[in-house]
Amino acid sequence: MRISVQWLQEWLQIDETPEALGHRLTMAGLELDALEPAAPDFSGVRVGHVLSVEPHPDADRLRVCRVAAGAAEPLTIVCGAPNVHEGMRAPVAVVGAVLPGDFRIKRSKLRGVASEGMLCSARELGLSEDAAGLMALPSDLEAGLDLREALGLDDTILEVDLTPNRADCLGMRGIARECSALLDRPLHAPDMPGVQVASEARVAIEVRDAEACPLYAARVLEGLDAKAATPVWMTERLRRAGVRPLSAIVDVTNYVMLELGQPLHAFDAGRAGERIIVRRGEGGESLTLLGGEQTVKLSPRDVVIAGEDGPLALAGVMGGAASAVDDATTRVILECAHFTPRALAGRARAHGLHTDASHRFERGVDPTLVPRAMERATELLLAICGGQCGPIEQTGETPAPHRESAITLRPERVQRLLGITLDGAEIERILRALDCEVETVGNGWSVRAPRARFDLEREEDLIEELARVHGYDALPQTLPTPVAPVTPDNALRSLRDGLARRGFHEIISFSFVAADTARAFYPDVEPLALANPISSDLAVMRSGLWPGLVTTAAYNQARQQPDLRLFEHGLRFVPDASGLRQEARLAGLLGGRAAPEHWEGTPRKIDFFDAKGVVETLCERLSGELGFRMERHPALHDGQSARVLVDGQAIGWVGRLHPSLCERFDVEPVYLFDLDAVAVARAPVAQFSPLSPYPSIRRDLAVVVGESVAAGDVLAAIRELDLELVQDVRLFDLYQGKGLNPDEKSLALGLILRAFDRTLGEQDVAGVTDAVMQHLQARFNATLRQ
Amino acid sequence: MEQLQQLVAEARDRIEAATDLKALDEVRVQYLGKKGSITAQLKELGKLTAEERPAAGQKVNEAKAEVAGLIEARKEALAQAALADQLASERVDVTLPGRRPGPGALHPITQTLERIETFFAGLGFRVAEGPEVEDDFHNFEALNIPEHHPARAMHDTFYFDAHRVLRTHTSPVQIRTMEQQKPPLRVIAPGRVYRCDSDLTHSPMFHQVEGLCVDTDITFADLRGVLSAFLQAFFDRDDLATRFRPSYFPFTEPSAEVDIQCVHCGGEGCRVCSHTGWLEVMGCGMVHPNVLGHVGIDAEQYTGFAFGLGVERMAMLRHGVNDLRLFFDNDIRFIGQFGQTG
Repeated sequence: MRISVQWLQEWLQIDETPEALGHRLTMAGLELDALEPAAPDFSGVRVGHVLSVEPHPDADRLRVCRVAAGAAEPLTIVCGAPNVHEGMRAPVAVVGAVLPGDFRIKRSKLRGVASEGMLCSARELGLSEDAAGLMALPSDLEAGLDLREALGLDDTILEVDLTPNRADCLGMRGIARECSALLDRPLHAPDMPGVQVASEARVAIEVRDAEACPLYAARVLEGLDAKAATPVWMTERLRRAGVRPLSAIVDVTNYVMLELGQPLHAFDAGRAGERIIVRRGEGGESLTLLGGEQTVKLSPRDVVIAGEDGPLALAGVMGGAASAVDDATTRVILECAHFTPRALAGRARAHGLHTDASHRFERGVDPTLVPRAMERATELLLAICGGQCGPIEQTGETPAPHRESAITLRPERVQRLLGITLDGAEIERILRALDCEVETVGNGWSVRAPRARFDLEREEDLIEELARVHGYDALPQTLPTPVAPVTPDNALRSLRDGLARRGFHEIISFSFVAADTARAFYPDVEPLALANPISSDLAVMRSGLWPGLVTTAAYNQARQQPDLRLFEHGLRFVPDASGLRQEARLAGLLGGRAAPEHWEGTPRKIDFFDAKGVVETLCERLSGELGFRMERHPALHDGQSARVLVDGQAIGWVGRLHPSLCERFDVEPVYLFDLDAVAVARAPVAQFSPLSPYPSIRRDLAVVVGESVAAGDVLAAIRELDLELVQDVRLFDLYQGKGLNPDEKSLALGLILRAFDRTLGEQDVAGVTDAVMQHLQARFNATLRQ
Repeated sequence: MEQLQQLVAEARDRIEAATDLKALDEVRVQYLGKKGSITAQLKELGKLTAEERPAAGQKVNEAKAEVAGLIEARKEALAQAALADQLASERVDVTLPGRRPGPGALHPITQTLERIETFFAGLGFRVAEGPEVEDDFHNFEALNIPEHHPARAMHDTFYFDAHRVLRTHTSPVQIRTMEQQKPPLRVIAPGRVYRCDSDLTHSPMFHQVEGLCVDTDITFADLRGVLSAFLQAFFDRDDLATRFRPSYFPFTEPSAEVDIQCVHCGGEGCRVCSHTGWLEVMGCGMVHPNVLGHVGIDAEQYTGFAFGLGVERMAMLRHGVNDLRLFFDNDIRFIGQFGQTG
C-alpha cells in the first residue's frame, strides 16, 4: 500500500516527519518498506499555456510555440513533441530551471530559432515513464504557476507492507483510522456531499448466491462524457498510489477503491443489458477479461456477474472485455458489492490472476462501505463526466457498523498474556480509537469490533491491538520461571564430531533429486514424486543419501579437489505398503588418497577397507556384534559390497560405487557407506570390566584354508568357541602364492591369551591352540601351514 | 719400579688414543687383564724381600687403580660423544609438516543449529523432531491456517497429493509435541523445511528452528526476555539491540517480528540491512487459543509462546556468508572454512 502523506492529511492532521510516521507505523505492524518523494527534485518548472504553434522554418519535426508562463510576454519555445497543440497546458521549464539529473535549462538556439525554455514530458520531470509527448495539464490551471505547487508535488509516499489480516488498511480511510489511533489525534473524513437522483433509469438485480454475495448494489448513470479529462488532483493521487490513470470512469472507480477500500466496477450499460445476475460459473462457460488478452474458463467454483446472455465479469476479480466502458460510453451500470472472503479465496489465483479487487475481497472488505462507496463514486463521476444517475438498486441489507457478537475483555487476561497491567482508561481509549464499541461490564469490557476488522474475533485479538498501539517495545522483558537445563542428545553429535575430526566434511544436499537418479541408485524403490516440483532435477524425494554424496563428489572433483571424505545426516523417503517411511540415515563417501599428500611420499589410494574402517569406528560403541556380509547392492561394485549387520540385523551398507554409476555421474572411483542413524546412535554407557594383573601370551598360527573361505568367518568361528583364555584374535597377514596350492590361502592369526588368576604356561597355550585348530579343521578343513 | 711408571705412562697414551669402546677394552686387557703387563708386575713381587713387598705391592695396586680410573673416564667420554653423535644424526627438520588426517568440518548450518540447541538446552528446551513429509492437518489446519487462508498462498507449498505436503515450516512439530505431551512444555524443533521458490535469496530447501514454551504463567514479556537473551548470546553481543514489531501469523496472537540491530553496520544503515539499521531475524508470538484447542490444551489454564527462525539467515549473519546457495553447493573449500570451534 502506497500512502501519500498529502492525501492522508485530508483525513487527519500529520505533524510528524514522514520518517517518524513511517517508524510509528512499522512499530505498530504496518511495516514501512520504502519512503520516496512524490516527485524528484526539480525547480523552475511552471504551468505553460501554449498560445500558438508554428512550423519551424528549417526543421520538419520541430515547432515554434508561443507559451504563456506568467511573465509579461509569452516565451518562444522550440518543441519537438508530437502532441503539442494550440491551447494546451503543459509544464514549461523556463531559463534557469533545473530538471532531475541536474539538467539545467539555458537559452539556446535550435536550428537558428532561439528557444527560451523547454516544454516537458512527464518522464523529463521524473513523474512517470511516459515520454510519448508533453505532459498534458488540466485547462483550469493558471499559466505561470509553479508546477510543484500546482500539482502538490512536495509530498512523500510511504510504501507500507500490510500483513494479510489488515485488509482494512487497503484504503486511505483505514490507514487514517489507524494513524488516528496511533497518534491519538481526531479523524475527520473529507466532505462527501452525495447526489440527487435525477433519472428513472434502473437495472434489475438477481443474486442467486447470497452467501457469496450478501450485498449487491448497482445503479445506472446516463449522459456521461467518457472522454472528460480526469482532474489532475485525482490523477496525481492515483499515480502516487501506483495506479495508472486510464479514463475518467475507470479512474473514479479506482480512486474510490483507494480512498475507501471498496472495489467498484463500471459496465457499459449498452453492452451489459438491463439485468444483472450474480451466480456461480457453469462448466463450458468462458469469459474474455478486460484488455482482451486473457480468456478464462469458468467453473461452479467461480462467482460471476452475468447478463442475460452470459458472464460479464469474474466477480470480485476483474471485469470482462465485452462489457467494458470506452470513450464512446455514455451510459454505465456502476456496481458496488460485497463478496465474502470465503467465496473468493483462491479464485483469482486459480486463473493465474491477482488484482487490486481480488486482493481486497480475499482478505475482507468492510460490508458497510457498499452504499457509501456507491454514493462517493457517483458523486465524482457526475462531477467529472456530467450526466445524471438513477436510483441505487441493492440486494441484502447494509449491516450495522459494528458486529453483533461482542467480545469479553478481562483485565486479568490482558495481564496474563502481556505480563503488564494496562490502565483501564488507556484500554478504552485504544479500542475506541480503533473504532470499536466499548461497554464496561463488571471489571472488564464488552467490545464490538467494527465491520472493517475481520481479524478481531476474540479476546486475544483485542489484546494484540492493545499491545500494538501501546507499543511492543514499551512492554517488559522477563524470563520464564527457571527449570533444570536439559543435556542435548550427544550420541549423534559425537559421531558427527568424530567424522569431522577424521577429515570428513559434512554436506547438506537437497532432499529431492531427479527421478532417474533416484532409480539409478535404488531401482527397487519407486520414489515419492512431488506434484509440483521446481524442476525435473528436483522431482522426487530421495530414496537414500548416496545420490547427493556422489553428485557432491563429482562437483568437488571437477574443482580440483580429488581427496574427499564426505558425510551427510538426514532422512530418506521410502514409500511402502504401509505408507511412507521417513528414516534418518548417516551416510558417507570416501575417494582419492587415503591420507593428505605428504613429504614422505605419495599416499596410497583409498579402498574398500578405509570405508569399512569408518563404519567399524562409527559402530564400535554399540553393544551388539558388528558383522559384514558380502551382498550385492544395485549401486555398488558386485565384488566390493557388504551389508553391515549388528547382531545379525542389517543396519546399512558399505561398498564401492558401481563403475557404471561412476561413469554416469562422471565421478572417479569412490566408496560409500550408509547406516541407520538411529541404530548407530544407540550406544550404551561404557561399563568397566576388570583388568588382569597377569601377563598375556601371544601365540601366532598360520592357518591354511580354501581360497573361498571368508576371513571374517574364520575369526567368528574362533570367537564362537568362547574360550575363556582367549582375550583377542588378530589377523595380521594374508598370504597366497608360492608354497601353497593355487586354491588355498594362509591366514596368520595372533591369539592373545590371558587368565585372571595366574600366569599361563605352555600347557594352557597348547590346549587353546589345539582346540582352535580342531574347530577350524572341522569347520573349514583348515590345516596348520608347515 | 721405573718400569711400572713407564707402563702407566704408556697406558695413558694408549687410553687417550682409543676412539671406541673396543680399542679401550683392548688397552684394559693389555695392561690390567690377567696376563696384562701391569698385572704381571704383581708376580714380580715374589722376587722382593718381605720388607720390600708391601710398599712395592701398594705401588702396583696404585698403578692399576690409576689406569682403571683413566679407562673409566675415557669410557664415559666416549659414551657422551656417541650419544651426541646419535642425537646429531637423529635431528629432524621440525618445520616439516606433521602427519594427520586431512582437515574436516561440520557444515556451518549444523554448527549454527547446535549453537541454537545449546542455548535453549540451558533454559530447559528439549529437541523435538517431526516428519518432513507432513500432512495438511499438521502443517496448516492445526496451526489455524484453514484451506484458502491467504497465508497459504504465501507459503509456496510443495505437495504430493491432496493431503500430503513437504512441511513449509517446523511449526507442525509444535502440534505433534502437544498431541503427545501435556504442559509444561519446552521444546525446540530444528530441521529442514521446503518452499517452492528458488532464486538468489530463496532456496527450495532451508532450515528453521521452531520453539515452543507452554505453562500456566507464560507471558509475552517472557517471550521478549527469552528471545532478546538468545539473540545477544547467539551474536556474542551483550548490548545487541533488538526490537519487536507487531506482525501476523495465523498460529500466534499477539504476533511479532523480531529485528536486531544490523550486525554488519551496527545500526548505521548499509546494504545488508537495506539502510534501515535493522535486520529481521525471527517471527514469534503467543500461541493462538485455536492451536491449543486443536491439541486439547485448555487455553484458559495454559498460555504459551512460540517462535521460529531461519537458520541460514542466522548463519549468514554470524559468519558473513553473502550467498545462500553456497550452503547447498557443498564445495569442501566452503565447508572447510568453518573449523571445529564454530
